[in-house]
Amino acid sequence: MYVAVKGGERAIDAAHDWLAEERRGDPQTPELSIAQIREQMSLAVNRVMAEGSLYDPDLAALAIKQARGDLIEAIFLIRAYRTTLPRIGHSRPVDTAAMRCDRRISATFKDLPGGQVLGPTFDYTHRLLDFALAAEGAPAQAASAPPASAPVPRVLDFLDADGLIQNEPPCDDAPRDLTREPLEFPADRALRLQSLTRSDEGFVLGMAYSTQRGYGRNHPFVGELRIGAVEVTMDIPELGFDICIGEITLTECETVNQFTGSKTQPAQFTRGYGLVFGQTERKAISMALVDRALRWEELGEDDTGAPAQDAEFVLAHGDNIQATGFLEHIKLPHYVDFQSELELVRRMRRAAQSGMKEAAE
Amino acid sequence: MTPLLQAKGVTKRYGARLGCGDVSFDLYPGEVMGIVGESGSGKSTLLSCLAGHLVPDAGKVIYDTRAQGPRDVLALPEPERRMLGRTDWAFVHQNPRDGLRMGVSAGANVGERLMAVGARHYGQIREQAVDWLGRVEIAPDRIDDRPRAFSGGMQQRLQIARNLVTGPRLVFMDEPTGGLDVSVQARLLDLLRGLVREMGLSAIVVTHDLAVVRLLADRLMVMKDGAVVETGLTDQVLDDPQHGYTQLLVSSVLQV
Amino acid sequence: MTAHDPNYNFAYLDEQTKRMIRRALLKALAIPGYQVPFASREMPMPYGWGTGGVQVTAACLTPEDTLKVIDQGADDTTNAVSIRKFFERTAGVAVTGHTAEASLIQTRHRIPETPLTEGQILVYQVPIPEPLRFLEPRETETRRMHALEEYGLMYVKLYEDIAHNGEISTAYAYPVRVEGRYVMDPSPIPRFDNPKLESAAIQLFGAGREQRIYALPPYCRVTSLDFEDHPFDPSKADHDCDLCGCGTSYLDEVIVDDAGGRMFVCSDTDFCAGRQAEGHQGRLSRKETA
Repeated sequence: MYVAVKGGERAIDAAHDWLAEERRGDPQTPELSIAQIREQMSLAVNRVMAEGSLYDPDLAALAIKQARGDLIEAIFLIRAYRTTLPRIGHSRPVDTAAMRCDRRISATFKDLPGGQVLGPTFDYTHRLLDFALAAEGAPAQAASAPPASAPVPRVLDFLDADGLIQNEPPCDDAPRDLTREPLEFPADRALRLQSLTRSDEGFVLGMAYSTQRGYGRNHPFVGELRIGAVEVTMDIPELGFDICIGEITLTECETVNQFTGSKTQPAQFTRGYGLVFGQTERKAISMALVDRALRWEELGEDDTGAPAQDAEFVLAHGDNIQATGFLEHIKLPHYVDFQSELELVRRMRRAAQSGMKEAAE
Repeated sequence: MTPLLQAKGVTKRYGARLGCGDVSFDLYPGEVMGIVGESGSGKSTLLSCLAGHLVPDAGKVIYDTRAQGPRDVLALPEPERRMLGRTDWAFVHQNPRDGLRMGVSAGANVGERLMAVGARHYGQIREQAVDWLGRVEIAPDRIDDRPRAFSGGMQQRLQIARNLVTGPRLVFMDEPTGGLDVSVQARLLDLLRGLVREMGLSAIVVTHDLAVVRLLADRLMVMKDGAVVETGLTDQVLDDPQHGYTQLLVSSVLQV
Repeated sequence: MTAHDPNYNFAYLDEQTKRMIRRALLKALAIPGYQVPFASREMPMPYGWGTGGVQVTAACLTPEDTLKVIDQGADDTTNAVSIRKFFERTAGVAVTGHTAEASLIQTRHRIPETPLTEGQILVYQVPIPEPLRFLEPRETETRRMHALEEYGLMYVKLYEDIAHNGEISTAYAYPVRVEGRYVMDPSPIPRFDNPKLESAAIQLFGAGREQRIYALPPYCRVTSLDFEDHPFDPSKADHDCDLCGCGTSYLDEVIVDDAGGRMFVCSDTDFCAGRQAEGHQGRLSRKETA
């Protein structure tokens, strides 16, 4: 006998209790601390901060713990928390030229002022499982050097000084704020960059990769990739001057891309740009390639119909919280809609069958 | 008699390059004007400016509207211009894919303009679609097939039906026979000539094919490097070309 | 009514955000059927679970309100329970299962069977607000089509339905024209519910992920798109409810045994329970029911 579904509330509560148990795992195994996640899962923490758009390693670590390591779920927790925070003011633009670099490489010049600094990278590790890590031994001490005393100049500034790369004139217009205004098209570059920096890493990677394979190709060189700490300063009206409110780690990628020019206009390289919270270089490089692909119109290039050239397509589908929500919602009850289609299909089948019968008679 | 369409000093530049410069002419009701020239001569740019697909840098395009008489098309509000574009005007693209909806049936392709101007009776829309398919020599049992399943010539005829179903007065044609086999071209030209006469259409036909204009056009405009170099009655221009470039064109010395 | 959780502002959203949403709602009511962009916030529930509806409800709720939440017509489905709990906790408002008692009803996929009255607000959760989206994916283009009232393409779709299937084969989210102007997606309600869109209540539509709000003021004229010779047909299953015997309500089909046996019951659980309490019986009612 059918009984109308009741007890949804009890089921939900029980599901949540079970989830908490599963999250903890075997109680014989020591519980992870937030500090452990923050210090030892730092790239996961960085991704959650970048795509959650909130620079707070402890909260990101907490979110990862609560989400059982599901990073999109963790990003969601951070986003939902972030949206409740009061907006006290805006920082000054950060100066990445003044970055204290842990890593700084250029693919376009063999050597340059400030030097190539490899930093803590996976690049030249052999991807062999390190069973020593399973034994939980202490790592070898890394060699150290005194910190660089002078700021490291930007590679693209050298090209800019010679007029070899398209100049990006400074602009003091306040950019539109993606989290305070609806996204409307056409979106200017500031808005596109805002959207890309918090877009899903996998999505941006896929888009960038597609440009390399010919879907909106833009011949990128990594002019410079730098990772390090920058100061965040804020203008406090009551004080009348800027004060430093903290320091954050950023990854910045500037690409040097295919040149434009003609018989009358001197040839110049063009730029793509990526800037992401934390050490997140795959994302920053991807972002620079996609940024460049989206600039086809202002640079007078053809729309080849490549997905990465289509701002509406890229911006509307890069947010993993929107994407996962809409994707997963199809598991919610849809039986009213399904019922209406079921009736329709039955009716159409009846009509077709009686039509066939008439034809046969 | 009021001209149906008047172009006055229409000019379009692409940066430093001239698309078309200072083009003026009058087109009278029932008249077919051919615009010929090699590729890059500015004839397609001019057509786009006249049809409102491109905004010229200077000049006026005045159309004798049914309701309000002569109006500057470029100064019309967008809704009115778009309404004109799907009622009183027609545009036949060189590539039928640009002028058809490839994802919907032939019947829907013909019916779309009717529905866009308010037709709400399925049976009547379908009747008109069948009628028009017949007039462009497409069998009525193909009405529910998609244009993908059609040959190039059939697609082009379907595009013509889709455009003419609302009874326009002015048709813009951009290389209507381009890309078709010679035998298919002849049949299409025949059909077009019949429809133009029968419906009393005015038309502007852009082509590099002198055979097309000889069959269709009453008057001819010859373009080179964005400028009009010669105009006149078709037979006159083709049989007794005055401008050196036209002479080259007619003697087919010039590869176009 | 109980006190709301003091850790959150009343109905969760901060007052600035609510004001922003209310401005969008007023604009939407002033231009019936027009999609107003709004800066949708990230809510503590996933996009697709009704974040648009929840934000609209949050912006409309007052402490004196009585809230009803339904999903697929039922008050007891898990997501309806979850949203109702959210507002019980953050707004402390009274809740009810009875349509007539509610001052604000948030719904997903249904309009209650009991006619709504003046003073009530019905809030819809909307997944894809753009009725032209699956004909034209580009937002810039669809906005232009609405601005210029270019709805020919919509009819092309209906024409194709009839040409290929013999009838208009849109069973839910059936497009409507509002006051002769905007074509609107009524959210994925079954087309059976379309006639109820002309209502004495205020109807508000919130699409969180797509950042759009639209509205129907009371007594607004809402017509379902159709052809003169293929008129709109608000069809439903050709059965009576097996529990309350109602022959005019929208029905859920339930598979009741391994042999594929079926029964049909009202999708609107409050409506069905009300009829049963009044003594109406259906084919499978227990006869001893009081």
